[in-house]
Amino acid sequence: MPNEQDIYEEHVLDHYEDPYHRGELATATHADEGKNPLCGDVIQVMLRLGHDGKIEEAWFEGEGCVISQASASMLIEAIEGKTVEEAKEFTANQMLELFGPQLTPNRQKCCLLSWRVLQSALHAPLDDADDDDAGPSFGGPSLSEES
Amino acid sequence: MPLDPHSIRADFPILKRQSSSGAPLAFLDNAASAQRPQVVIDAISDCYQRYYANVHRGIHTLSEESTAAYEAARETTRQFIGARSQSEIVFAAGTTAAINTVAHSWGGNHLSAGDVVLLTIAEHHANIVPWHQLAERTGCRVEFIPLGEDFTIGDAVVQDKLQALQPKLFSFASSSNVLGTNFPVARWTSMAHAAGATVLVDAAQGAPHQAIDVQQWDADFVVFSGHKICGPTGIGVLYGKEALLDAMPPFLGGGGMIDRVTTAGFSPTGLPEKFEAGTPPITEAIGLAAAMRYLQSVGLEAIEAHEHLLCQAADTALRNIEGVEILGPTPDKKGGIVSFTLDGVHAHDIAQWLDTRGVAVRAGHHCAMPLHESLGKSASARASFYLYNTLEEVDRLIEAVKETRDKFARGGRRRRRRSPSPA
Ligand SMILES: Cc1ncc(COP(=O)(O)O)c(C=O)c1O
Repeated sequence: MPNEQDIYEEHVLDHYEDPYHRGELATATHADEGKNPLCGDVIQVMLRLGHDGKIEEAWFEGEGCVISQASASMLIEAIEGKTVEEAKEFTANQMLELFGPQLTPNRQKCCLLSWRVLQSALHAPLDDADDDDAGPSFGGPSLSEES
Repeated sequence: MPLDPHSIRADFPILKRQSSSGAPLAFLDNAASAQRPQVVIDAISDCYQRYYANVHRGIHTLSEESTAAYEAARETTRQFIGARSQSEIVFAAGTTAAINTVAHSWGGNHLSAGDVVLLTIAEHHANIVPWHQLAERTGCRVEFIPLGEDFTIGDAVVQDKLQALQPKLFSFASSSNVLGTNFPVARWTSMAHAAGATVLVDAAQGAPHQAIDVQQWDADFVVFSGHKICGPTGIGVLYGKEALLDAMPPFLGGGGMIDRVTTAGFSPTGLPEKFEAGTPPITEAIGLAAAMRYLQSVGLEAIEAHEHLLCQAADTALRNIEGVEILGPTPDKKGGIVSFTLDGVHAHDIAQWLDTRGVAVRAGHHCAMPLHESLGKSASARASFYLYNTLEEVDRLIEAVKETRDKFARGGRRRRRRSPSPA
């Protein structure tokens, strides 16, 4: 069992309190938003993709628990400057590794929210009306309803 | 006589364990599901070890003994809620299954396009979704009574809705699983009856904490779950007035609920088996009866008073913590539930941090999304007390919440909003 105290290690809280690129990206070419309705976590990912297939800039906005927001900050920092192909190949397991502290299945969903939104944002050009918000399917365990 | 939670704790083996952090367990998630005393565990294993067989079917010793125990459980349940006859006691899989049974069987027969099902905004999804589904099938409408300023609902508001909407059914929780608010069941039932409505009471949060008398309530249907009253999962009670149940078509079809089956059709058997298709929850019923006897031996009045003491202590102390907002009325108007939010801290982080201190609370919307939406909250944390909880556990809850505030809400989040670099 992971020790929950470790979930909130300094590295995580740092990203939560002082996130990387949190805010609007006015020049975004791609963006998408996703929610975890059971928790109320919301993440919006905004990307500016260059013609050479690189993610030139990445920003996010969001509300929610420490894990959902800190993991978004980590992800945005990690993928900026990478190519679209590299970002698409970034797996859910790599996201969990990037986050660091081990998470119980229930909290993995919080951690994977930004990853899921990133994957769909890569397919969601802003000038294109094609609404492709389904994105790739999300393989993580689900946080089911509570009584 | 006030109960002594320390001696009661000895009856519940699970309370001896620790949380994964190594801290002793303070189990404050009782509104979701309670724990079981040894007598309930023993009743179930005793059945499996000594006399288990399917009921109502076999002409042999074990089946006859199992059938007798299953039917004795029905009698215990009848007494537990003061029903007139065993025909009025249907064993269902739980509150959810019981409400679905009423929605399909009674609702399908009595509601049509334009009819209104009236609920309160404080309902659990189990008392909302089956009515939305019924609305999809029949064209009936689901309407909600809003919450008052003080997290209660005044009689005048209920009266107005009853008059204005003339609902066919008024279905409400005896106590809210989020706010803890106790609603005046007998009064609302008589008001609803006067307005011509049938009444269903979701007593999932009532049955664990108060002695129920269905005749005093006079409600037409009363439903609750076994697992919230220290009984097993997979069983609950659907009480209905006999004339109503009798006139209702069966919901699930199969073995056990029929009188006769031919290649052309079937005729259902009588109450209560008409609503118990398939092999019923046999050991669950036996465990449930053991739980009811256990609660009665402690005394439901004493349990209610004890929870009130804990709720009062927790509510008062939480209100004194800066940044805490209580979702619910003052303790005199509620049972042993205290839901709260902490400014700047997500409910999941509260629950996760509390768990490191061994304090188990629930975080989320507690299956009451419409309520949370009406309150403008996406989630809350909920501490819910039961007979085995202690004032020391309340203290641990309070300490852990203060710690959470200090850890996560230090002066609020410092959000550095860097503006995008010029492209
Ligand atoms: C008020 C209320 N109604 C209904 C339910 C559903 O009960 P169950 O999940 O046992 O069917 C619950 C419990 O979660 C509840 O608190």
